[in-house]
Amino acid sequence: MRMLALHLLAASALLADDPAAAAARLANLEAAVKSAQSAGDNAWMLASAALVLMMTGPGLALFYGGLVRRKNVLATMMHSFILMALVSILWAVVGYSIAFGEWTPFFGGGQFALLRNVGPAPNASYAPTISHQTFMIYQLMFAVITPALISGAFAERMKFSGMLLFTALWSLFIYFPLAHMVWGKGGLFNATLGGKLPAFDFAGGTVVHVSSGVSALVCALYLGPRQGYRVEPMRPHNLVLSTVGACLLWVGWFGFNAGSALAASGLASSAFVATHLAAAAASLAWLAVDWIQNGKPSVLGATSGAVAGLVAITPASGFVQPFPAMLIGAAAGVMCYFMVSTVKNKFGYDDSLDAFGVHGAGGTLGAILTGVFATKAVNDVWNGKPMGLVDGNAWQILNQIGACASAWSLAIAGTWIILKICDLATGIRAAAPQEIEGLDLSMHGEEGYNFEA
Amino acid sequence: MKKIEAVIQPHKLEDVKEALKNIGIDGMTISEVRGHGRQKGHKEIYRGMEYQVDLLPKIKIEMVLAEARAEEAIRTILSSARTGKIGDGKIFVFDVAEAIRIRNEDRGEAAL
Repeated sequence: MRMLALHLLAASALLADDPAAAAARLANLEAAVKSAQSAGDNAWMLASAALVLMMTGPGLALFYGGLVRRKNVLATMMHSFILMALVSILWAVVGYSIAFGEWTPFFGGGQFALLRNVGPAPNASYAPTISHQTFMIYQLMFAVITPALISGAFAERMKFSGMLLFTALWSLFIYFPLAHMVWGKGGLFNATLGGKLPAFDFAGGTVVHVSSGVSALVCALYLGPRQGYRVEPMRPHNLVLSTVGACLLWVGWFGFNAGSALAASGLASSAFVATHLAAAAASLAWLAVDWIQNGKPSVLGATSGAVAGLVAITPASGFVQPFPAMLIGAAAGVMCYFMVSTVKNKFGYDDSLDAFGVHGAGGTLGAILTGVFATKAVNDVWNGKPMGLVDGNAWQILNQIGACASAWSLAIAGTWIILKICDLATGIRAAAPQEIEGLDLSMHGEEGYNFEA
Repeated sequence: MKKIEAVIQPHKLEDVKEALKNIGIDGMTISEVRGHGRQKGHKEIYRGMEYQVDLLPKIKIEMVLAEARAEEAIRTILSSARTGKIGDGKIFVFDVAEAIRIRNEDRGEAAL
């Protein structure tokens, strides 16, 4: 320290001789600091974008692929994989502009269509220290995984062409507008950029999980149950794949939540910690209930619990402290267990892989609990004003419920209309013989496991 | 000639193979099969949904022997495959009309 102070003194003495040179050197120094920060943030955000893509493929593809029967493993993995291609193109053409352009509180304008005006220069409104292109590609990865989550509800019975059309329309008319409402400049719920009904959603609890989970329920109800549902056994064909998938989801989620800080900052670390602890608590909570209810602690219970916790912490991850994060996780583990084991059976809908039970229910719970536990001690987005109930702002819970209710309504109405359109245009459900043969052969002409080959 | 078909517990296959080899029998065909007799299946639970699994994995051994060796082979399988619990499996014995070696068209016991 003393050495450094001496050096600085000597430097300032030298500089004092020539104020113009001093100013120039200061300006250079400032630019260098800015560029160093930008490089650090940009590196972290590119890595985060890749982590979030890894959640869809192979993460979700494996998690879902292992849960279906052997004859549908490829078709189910394809529901995730092909969206990595399809949604990316939609995003580049209009999606990014609808979500992050400026226009109305519900729908963005066309200034970023075909990625015009999206270059290396940062967009100061969204992420002032990283390339605008990095921000764009990072947000794309969220648009990819969201419709892939829905596929858990229509697995084993969706027609492939219908699935492509459904996803394209769903992205255009539900996801992109909803992303605009929550994250876009001037969006209805945007808590920091002029929203009328500010709700906290750090990494996409409402946009990603509530919207996909609720849409999943609508799909399950609209399509009806699989052939032989509750008559034939429909056991997961390979829980090894599912376990590997769940682990990749857990790791990828650090990009999803910690990356949502949009910088390699202390806030990213805070979100990383909250995310990890919520997943851990949720896994233990689900496992405990499973053990008590069924006599054995199942591996699928432990992994499903972790995913439920990750879902629930998503909106809260950048606003809550570590212990509330564990509470949110534990609550999600217990609630989602009962959603998939009790509520689903009571109502009889065939949400094949529990997209609604985990993402819809866990996402809604997380969004509401964010209103309880969000605190300025973690992320002071309102310059000292109280944020959640723990800060003394009980009203925030109502805003959170309001944002959830809007996402629920949009998802229910929108998904139903889109399903109706797809049903008329391409058909959405595989014919009974195709479904019985298995979608791998009937839709794709391939088999996941060729034991003779 | 007799055909012996034995359905046994999968974990007993190595013992049975070893015992048969010790009495000089090493020709056999093995398949992984599923089935059940008096042995009840087990319960599996996935996310609270219960499945009763009745068909359990078994190993089927098939071999064709000269009549004189059949009884000895049966005794050997019985002693090496037995655990004493339900689910140990069964042995079926058939008469065989003909056996032909594809390579050189040997027939009868010469083909075994």
